[in-house]
Amino acid sequence: MTNSMATREAYGEALKKLGSINKDVVVLDADLSGSTKTAVFKSEYPDRFFNVGIAEQNLMGTAAGLATAGKIPFASTFAVFATGRAFEIIRNSICYPKLNVKVAATHAGLTVGEDGATHQSIEDISLMRSLPNMVVLNPADGVEAEKCIMKAAEYKGPVYIRLGRSKVPTIFDENYNFEIGKGVLLKDGSDATIIATGIMVSKALEASKMLEKEGKSIRVINMSTIKPIDSDIIIKAAKETKKIITVEEHSIIGGLGSAVAEVLSENYPVPLKRIGINDTFGESGTADDVLEKYGLTVENIIKTTKDFI
Amino acid sequence: MKNYEELKSIASILRIDIIKMLEKSQSGHPGGSLSACEILTALYFKEMNIDPKNPHWEDRDRFVLSKGHAAPVLYAALAERGYFPKEELNSLRKINSMLQGHPDMKGTPGVDMTTGSLGQGLSAASGMALAGKIDKKDYRVYALVGDGEVQEGIIWEAAMSAAHYKLDNLTVLMDHNGLQIDGKNEDVMNIEPIDEKFKSFGWHVIKIDGHNFEEIFAALEEAKNTKGKPTMIIASTVKGKGVSFMENQAGWHGKAPSSEQAQQALEELGGVEND
Repeated sequence: MTNSMATREAYGEALKKLGSINKDVVVLDADLSGSTKTAVFKSEYPDRFFNVGIAEQNLMGTAAGLATAGKIPFASTFAVFATGRAFEIIRNSICYPKLNVKVAATHAGLTVGEDGATHQSIEDISLMRSLPNMVVLNPADGVEAEKCIMKAAEYKGPVYIRLGRSKVPTIFDENYNFEIGKGVLLKDGSDATIIATGIMVSKALEASKMLEKEGKSIRVINMSTIKPIDSDIIIKAAKETKKIITVEEHSIIGGLGSAVAEVLSENYPVPLKRIGINDTFGESGTADDVLEKYGLTVENIIKTTKDFI
Repeated sequence: MKNYEELKSIASILRIDIIKMLEKSQSGHPGGSLSACEILTALYFKEMNIDPKNPHWEDRDRFVLSKGHAAPVLYAALAERGYFPKEELNSLRKINSMLQGHPDMKGTPGVDMTTGSLGQGLSAASGMALAGKIDKKDYRVYALVGDGEVQEGIIWEAAMSAAHYKLDNLTVLMDHNGLQIDGKNEDVMNIEPIDEKFKSFGWHVIKIDGHNFEEIFAALEEAKNTKGKPTMIIASTVKGKGVSFMENQAGWHGKAPSSEQAQQALEELGGVEND
């Protein structure tokens, strides 16, 4: 694995592997196969790839029908269309009957960049997390993304996998063992815990290392499974470090911050800060410029953490 | 093989069961259930290759009730066909029942797809048909859509896709009774010319009387012999068919009969002696 890679690229590679391992895997796309990287699967297994055109509702409905007949469909488009446009099909035709459909949505979050607010999904985790039977995964790098895809294919039931457009630093090595429902301790610490998800994990890690130099001992947890959330690792961190900061490229409403707040308030209340998108739409700009403007930077994590502890 | 007289009597039994079910549940959709009795009878008692003892048999024909609110006619047909005991029909829409207000594939033996949110069933049915093509299986997929239901956008996404993928193993019937909750289709949102619409989407289209078994089976046969495209059978029906005061009344779309009304309906349907 290279030292930086977009999680969507890892998705394409994972599909290629899956295609040879499991003949039941089929892939559907809605006219974005070059961007979502499902085209990688298409070129290897054209008989098991289906483009439904620009029709996200039918993308999910067709996937549901395929799943009733024993297929393992991966349905892909941009996160905003997958979870927004097709929400009710995911709800009623996939989650309610617990069909074995994997919704692998790319271009999630602000890092879509230049396309602007219409294409920047900032509420997809919130929407998918609210659905009974849905598992929600948000991998931190290319290595974890590939492992998420492989585990999602083994798991029987609906899974939402959130994938990004932009390259992110690779933090895991190939021996990393991903498990659905398990948070991962990346760095120990005692002054506070940063729980991060997706592309913000590498930034959280970098922030904690900088803070270390200033004598602050910050624990970092990668929460790649948003649902079912790993309550144990959150409660342990609350008990041992007394303060929690969540970091996500998503609205602070309904995403990781909310999930962690729910666990803390019902089990072991401690002060919590949520870093994310503050109930606002994004805008056009390069991925880095947009992240900076909306406070999703190493510097802001450092500042917020220092002010908090 | 059952003859038409036998099938007619089964359709009458389904109508009687629908009225009894709805009287007990005091909730549900009689109009669009009664209009589809011949269609469901034709499918479950003659046309489809199914085994009630083995509802998940992978080579079976599939049926998707895309107009999921007509669940009572599906439940009546499944019970009559032996998928579960007829006593279960008394529990329709009640707490802890396996017979939900709209079909639930996880809870009810014989239900091939969870439906109820209009339009989604056709999309799922096309996915099932696609799976049959991938696996080179001989099974056919049947779906029943409502006429008001085709106002949903996903219907046309699925219609385009089913034609694009040449799903000739998919036969869809439209229960064209002309009425929806707020009134006549033509007043609420005109769907005509509905035959021309599906033709232009690349479907084979057949128009029939949806209460005439001869025409239903001729159309189902024609659909099987049509290669390279899916078939839409537009079946003209009467909403509330068989119950004089329910026929052609939009008001009986989603309203249960009182016990007096049920009594009258059962008398008309010849179902009183069983009560």
